[in-house]
Amino acid sequence: MLETMALACERGGRRLFSDLGFALGAGELLRVRGPNGAGKTSLLRILAGLTRPAMGNVTWRGKQRDWDFGREMLFLGHAPALKDELTVSENFAFNCQLSFLKEDANALEQIGVGKLAGLPARFLSQGQRKRVALARLALASSMPLWLLDEPFSALDEAAITAVRGLIEGHLREGGLVVLTSHQEFPLAARAERAITL
Amino acid sequence: MAGFSLLLRRELRIAMRRRGDVLNVLVFFVIVASLFPLGVGPEPSQLRAMAPGVVWIGALLAAVLSLPRLFAADYADGTLEQLLVSAQPLPVLVLAKIAAHWLLSGLPLAIVAPLLGLQYDLPGDALFALMASLLLGTPVLSMLGAAGAALVLGARAAGALTALLLLPLYVPVLIFGAGAVNALLIGINPSAHFSVLGALLAVSSLIGPWAACAALRVALD
Repeated sequence: MLETMALACERGGRRLFSDLGFALGAGELLRVRGPNGAGKTSLLRILAGLTRPAMGNVTWRGKQRDWDFGREMLFLGHAPALKDELTVSENFAFNCQLSFLKEDANALEQIGVGKLAGLPARFLSQGQRKRVALARLALASSMPLWLLDEPFSALDEAAITAVRGLIEGHLREGGLVVLTSHQEFPLAARAERAITL
Repeated sequence: MAGFSLLLRRELRIAMRRRGDVLNVLVFFVIVASLFPLGVGPEPSQLRAMAPGVVWIGALLAAVLSLPRLFAADYADGTLEQLLVSAQPLPVLVLAKIAAHWLLSGLPLAIVAPLLGLQYDLPGDALFALMASLLLGTPVLSMLGAAGAALVLGARAAGALTALLLLPLYVPVLIFGAGAVNALLIGINPSAHFSVLGALLAVSSLIGPWAACAALRVALD
């Protein structure tokens, strides 16, 4: 469903990778590996449509990605996109509605930040912020493609287990997951691919 | 349109929790406009003649002061990324940011401007014209300002760059905004000035949001 052809990426005049081609089908997991600065985040941003590749193209369901791609793809980058002034539940509600997801407080509960719902986000630790950002995964089964940049960073063991469960559940239902991670956790998938940049 | 009200409500809610930012701009405007009489002396006819220009320049500077923050916080905390990948149309989201900026900076300015005008001994109909010109002109400042704020995103001296970029673009608004009140003061019908301000608003609302979208995509590329 997700295909790339002869993809190349340049940042600051330096070529990070070139001639990258892969195809990812329903229920498949793609791990993007590589040292710091190899272009893992850049690849994810290209797939999300934020960054333009230096060469090559990305197709979704056999077509160029169009306007509706945003309804089928969930992109979670490094930054958790939380506003310090707003409470956890206000932040969560906004981020859900922005991606057309029906908000449900259980999602916060599921990832262990349910008790913090009324707290302004400025009091959260790094890991708690990450959890709030990842809580959307529990509601995003309607979005087939998940692009997750370092989903496990800053998380404790309980949260890692919860996130792994969500990712595996999504893969079981035929979703596609692309993730970058320095910590490798086994994830059950119909097929698993890896690219090293 | 869901995206518009969603983002607008959120922007206003954030502003309600940091009222200082809104007040800063307003107090800055009042102070700038109040400094001129201290500098040029208390001659009433002179003050009356310069009032429209002074208030309008104060409004321009206040707008430029508030603009660098328009996208900077969203850029830093990752919200902008989420806005760009969302299926909500980006121009609509940008328009919501612009609307929030105007409600929190342009509108309060237009409301306090008549009080400043009193300080300059403006007659009643001129106070009304001053407020009307600001109500029509400050949205133009927000529309063009959004494009400017998006262009300087990520730059080091964003504040100074915004001013350098935008103040020349604001010249027509200044001329026709202050001109409307001046015309009234010397007994000319100001409707032509208001028509031009309306035209500027129409053109800037077509160009501003689109230019801002393009600049945001470049900034995040």
